[in-house]
Amino acid sequence: MESDIELHVDGRARQVRLDSRTTLLDALRDGLGATAPKKGCDHGQCGACTVLLDGRRVVTCLTFAIAHDGATVTTAEGLADGERLHPVQEAFIERDAFQCGFCTPGQVCSAVGMLAEVAEGRPSAATADLAGAVELSGEEIRERMSGNLCRCAAYGNIVDAIQDGAR
Amino acid sequence: MIPFDYERPSDVDGAIATATSRGSVAFLAGGTNLVDRMKLGVTEPELLVDLGGLPLDDVEELPDGGLRVGATVRNSDLAAHPVVLRDYPVLARALLSGASGQLRNLATTGGNLLQRTRCVYFQDVTTPCGKREPGTGCSAVGGSTRQHAILGASERCVATHPSDMAVAMAALDARVRVRGPEGERVIPLVDLHRLPGDEPERDTVLSGGDLITAVDLPPLPPGTRSLYRKVRDRASFAFALVSVAAVLRVEGGVVRDVRIALGGVAHKPWRATTAEEELLGGPATEEAFRRAAELELAAARPLSDNGFKVPLARNTIVAALRELSLEER
Repeated sequence: MESDIELHVDGRARQVRLDSRTTLLDALRDGLGATAPKKGCDHGQCGACTVLLDGRRVVTCLTFAIAHDGATVTTAEGLADGERLHPVQEAFIERDAFQCGFCTPGQVCSAVGMLAEVAEGRPSAATADLAGAVELSGEEIRERMSGNLCRCAAYGNIVDAIQDGAR
Repeated sequence: MIPFDYERPSDVDGAIATATSRGSVAFLAGGTNLVDRMKLGVTEPELLVDLGGLPLDDVEELPDGGLRVGATVRNSDLAAHPVVLRDYPVLARALLSGASGQLRNLATTGGNLLQRTRCVYFQDVTTPCGKREPGTGCSAVGGSTRQHAILGASERCVATHPSDMAVAMAALDARVRVRGPEGERVIPLVDLHRLPGDEPERDTVLSGGDLITAVDLPPLPPGTRSLYRKVRDRASFAFALVSVAAVLRVEGGVVRDVRIALGGVAHKPWRATTAEEELLGGPATEEAFRRAAELELAAARPLSDNGFKVPLARNTIVAALRELSLEER
């Protein structure tokens, strides 16, 4: 079954015709040429395909594109403001928080989404007091970034970069 | 993946009518488990009925002080809901310990209840599995059983239910609201999931066209405290080896209210009623907690690789009750 849908990707409205079986990840990469989200495990376990979908971080490999007609998608490429990188992207460069870079776009989108969740006061499993304020400790960052697995293991620098990006 | 049709109805009755119009239908909510199963060839629906357009995404406070959670409320939103954080910490903790931030932003209440086991043999279509293909036997028995059940299993299936949320809801005496072709009914959450018996392919008591519309959480009695403790192979983003949801009220050193549910040990969220009966009205001591846990686990039938789950479950129950009773003083 084929359908026409519209996605707003990194600030541009895009129409695409796709088979009902197409994941949002494949629609972005193959249908629309938005290749910042990467296909890692393709089973929701590595986080390399993370984008902001209507402002919230999600994995795009476990959701069908057809279910998101009209949605807004921000990939790592769309986080920058023109030539100016997002503060989290700048912090990743400054801290050398990546190695091969395959998982980096997902890490960056996840970090931006996670910082918004912290700003809203949403607790995590690492938050001691569910009703209290969230402090951006290393433990909080590790817990909240646990959906992004990098086999280069640049994790230490990623934690520092996110703390910088939050400032 | 086989081709499938896709419908996105805008009301509940329309969704049920659409779902009963064809033979091989699946309701699509967050998709985090269903889409994965479709990729693996474990589930092959001809029609997906997307629930994303239904008005089931509200959390509503009930007149009795309880909470009604719509079936399509996101796990991340439920975990951050102020009433859940204030009144049901056991549920907030269980939700926050499940999956990852990205997955919790997609996953829903109803979908979480109906997610299927991650037993490796169930997920691997090249191996026999009676849950996937009725009558083909169980590859886990005699295979690798580290993740599998110690309670309530049968020789047909030793898979465990993967949800954390459902374990907390079992301890909260949650009730599941279901609408189907015959109308509406309410099922206690502890009766929603089945033990495998001779029909491991049936995870729940629901049948075709039955749609979970909401979960009702009764208020916890005043003075009770609750927590969720999860033990897993890594610090985060892993299924439970054993988990414990516990609710406790101690007065003057005596257990006045206790509910215990276990995850990772059975085909369903396991309500530890034997331990509860043993504890109720008795002293809130370490010895009593241990005796109650051992009585509950006397029924355990560990497999070749998961004997460790018996002492692990016992110790986790004791640790959970100890923590709740210490807070009391």
